[in-house]
Amino acid sequence: MTEPLLFELSSPGRVGYRLPELDVPETALPEKYLRPELPLPELSEREVVQHFTRLSQLNFSIDTGFYPLGSCTMKYNPKLHEEVARLPGFARIHPWQSESTVQGALQLMYELQEYLAEITGLPGVSLQPVAGAHGELTGMLIVRAYHQEHGDEGRTVVLVPDSAHGTNPATAAMCGYKVATVPSDPRGNMDVRELERLTDETVAGLMLTNPNTLGLFEEHILQVAEIVHEAGGLIYCDGANVNALLGIASPGELGTDVLHLNLHKTFSTPHGGGGPGAGATVVTEELTPFLPTPAAARREERESTAAATEYYLDYERPQSIGPVSGFYGNFGVMVKAYAYLRSLGERGLREVSENAVLNANYLLEQLKGYYHLPYDRLCLHECVFSGKAQANLGVHTVDIAKRLIDLGFHPPTVYFPLIVDEALMIEPTETESLETLDAFVSAMRQIAQEAESEPELVRDAPRTTPVTRLDEAAAARKPNLRWQG
Amino acid sequence: MSSYIPTTDADRRKMLEILGLDSLQELFEVIPPEKRYPHLDLPPPLSEMEVKKLLRGLAEKNADLDHHPCFLGAGAYHHFVPAVVDHIISRGEFYTAYTPYQPEVSQGTLTTIYEFQTMVCQLAGMDVANASMYDGATGVAEAGLMAARVTRRDGLVVASTLHPRYREVLRTYTQGMGMDIQEVGYGEDGGVDLRQADQLLGTGTAALMVQYPNFLGSLEDLQPLSELAHGVGALLVVCVDPIALGLFRAPGEQGADIVVGEGQSLGSPPSYGGPYVGLFACRQKYLRQIPGRLVGMTTDADGRRGFVLTLQPREQHIRREKATSNICTNEALVALAAATYLAIMGKHGLRQVAELCYHKAHHAASEIDALPGYERLFGQFFKEFVIRTPVSPATVNALLMEHGIIGGYGLERDYPQLGDCLLLCVTEMNTKEEIDSLLEALREIGDAR
Repeated sequence: MTEPLLFELSSPGRVGYRLPELDVPETALPEKYLRPELPLPELSEREVVQHFTRLSQLNFSIDTGFYPLGSCTMKYNPKLHEEVARLPGFARIHPWQSESTVQGALQLMYELQEYLAEITGLPGVSLQPVAGAHGELTGMLIVRAYHQEHGDEGRTVVLVPDSAHGTNPATAAMCGYKVATVPSDPRGNMDVRELERLTDETVAGLMLTNPNTLGLFEEHILQVAEIVHEAGGLIYCDGANVNALLGIASPGELGTDVLHLNLHKTFSTPHGGGGPGAGATVVTEELTPFLPTPAAARREERESTAAATEYYLDYERPQSIGPVSGFYGNFGVMVKAYAYLRSLGERGLREVSENAVLNANYLLEQLKGYYHLPYDRLCLHECVFSGKAQANLGVHTVDIAKRLIDLGFHPPTVYFPLIVDEALMIEPTETESLETLDAFVSAMRQIAQEAESEPELVRDAPRTTPVTRLDEAAAARKPNLRWQG
Repeated sequence: MSSYIPTTDADRRKMLEILGLDSLQELFEVIPPEKRYPHLDLPPPLSEMEVKKLLRGLAEKNADLDHHPCFLGAGAYHHFVPAVVDHIISRGEFYTAYTPYQPEVSQGTLTTIYEFQTMVCQLAGMDVANASMYDGATGVAEAGLMAARVTRRDGLVVASTLHPRYREVLRTYTQGMGMDIQEVGYGEDGGVDLRQADQLLGTGTAALMVQYPNFLGSLEDLQPLSELAHGVGALLVVCVDPIALGLFRAPGEQGADIVVGEGQSLGSPPSYGGPYVGLFACRQKYLRQIPGRLVGMTTDADGRRGFVLTLQPREQHIRREKATSNICTNEALVALAAATYLAIMGKHGLRQVAELCYHKAHHAASEIDALPGYERLFGQFFKEFVIRTPVSPATVNALLMEHGIIGGYGLERDYPQLGDCLLLCVTEMNTKEEIDSLLEALREIGDAR
């Protein structure tokens, strides 16, 4: 089906709003500033609802199916969270209200900071970054500010493993750093000897992901941290994969100096079709003075005999890198993450990681006879296969991905990490049942079989979707980015 | 199990058996033993009822805008949100979807982004818009970086009437890039001081960056500013209030090269500062330097219309350290709220909202100006205006709160020369009764001094 665009549905004279009459005297409008025309569509409420509802039905989503996207942690989004984030006392408070009128919001932020510090073993927390890459930028600006504070101006290089997310090198570049790539070893770890060779007094830090994007725990993590720290560098950890480690190991205990957390991955807040997220950034005690301002803080006010607790926004951080977004971060997302942590507690968090890792290893084991497994060892929260055997039959990873859609599943992350040929990166999360995992295994095995017996079927997929494969080359050659009638 | 986990003990035993393991602990033996299983001092788990009660308790400690007349703006606004908006963004198919990397199963999200991009262009009078930035502040910062890439220059001349917080975020974002940021002040009418701007702009300037209407509420002609900027080969970057664009001339018609803005006003509540959405649009010729995601129209293998993420070679997952930005996640759901809002309001509704704001704000401003001890400053404005108060702005706000009214934004921290001034905002949400109660309270405060 094709749903017409708002602009095609528009008809002159239709309105979808009901606004009140003006109840004060009119003031003359300043003619010279007025726009002659406002070219927005004209629709009734009924049409708008129908249009967007129909569009929603063209989407795959967590609520409708299994989403094994590696590195994205597409876990279930609890419904309670949507309800509480919409409470008037959270959704309809203004960021510039005086602190005394938003004590509940500040308390929630303060306590969330405390919980995240406890979970990561890193005491300094900023809730201000609004996405993972935004947390990375915050973290690397902190690394830069730390070296500057120590008069260490010669550190111009940031080390990034070849398996890293693309945001890592892009972030380092935004902070003015040159990027040097650290290769992986045959077991899927960062190559420690190469790391030693590359690490010197020009290195500001290492951006690492642990477990890495192969879903593998860095086996030499303590040694890696020692090498970088010895040379005066800092360890930045990309927290995209923290769903593997909740209550299992604290990044702070593993030598991390700076870490960002994706509240929209690990702490169950929804992805929204590409945001809003939240990329809380946590750091060691030593780096806390460099965090963005403000942070939620608490003080005890002594009035006569009774002590009253008061929450406030602390702007007193002279060494801060400065603010990174308009206000205090994505507060609505924080409410959801807070509700999640209060629901789970310590034991619940550990269960999350245990089951996420169990599910990933189960898929690894069930699929390894069918797809090439480049690193054959226990994984953590995700596993990475290569479609190269199928590619030799003329069926590429993109085809496998599209065929999965016909069989009712969202595809895994594909062609990433870059170091695995024809990569298929699978992250089941903890919120999928064994029945779902088994159905996915059956589908993947079926496709492996079809690649041999009926390759055309796979190459022509998907056939069950609202549209078939789209011409991306044409879209890029002559970009049509807005409707022009 | 409390963690939204469907796996039963029997399932786990079966899975472990297939893995040839005896316990879950064996999955984690790769982690150094002395670092395994730290104790986490977290509050005990709560039931759904208990969590709800706890959160409601926290929410009720806040003075919300359903129960308090609010005259605060300064970058976050209390506008009406039609019921349709929350209904649409509450659909699981939208809010529990991922970034639309697989277009065949993401036409819903992709189509709404294409519509959003189109309507942002329509509002701003620009050629292309992206799928959104994080918020207005980061949109400004990315616009500064983009102007530097386009012009290969590293100087920015920024109006002091651009939101103070946005200017700070711009400094944060550019601190690693070695950019030279200078500020240009405002004149008597509250608009950019043209003579000073002329002096500061030069052959090293990448962009002149202004706000429309500006942080102090003033509305100004952008044409002379674009002429000054273009005269030295710099771009004009304009940060907008999208509601104002329902009534006032589009920046694109006045020579703007990049238009950014905070889109929260379009269908999202103030939500204590986030999630918001950054609007970002530019002229066609700068398309290859635009940061963030873009959705384009194309056709499928059967010739049907469809939408895809496009021009991805600008982005971090392809270009890595050579990308136009590190941005990855944007604010798709908030952009959907904005698209839904604009669809509902449409051509006539947005203009009507803007007119209601304009008339109510002007009524309130002139009545306050007439009160003994108060004075309105500066020239032409839209919905925000500056008033000089007879007692300190902080005192005024505290006394207003005693009347249950959330007052204005004190300017002392950002503009010491306006230390005795408040920035007030009046929108369509403020009824005549609310405005009257504000006037009455202000009169009382003035009389008591």
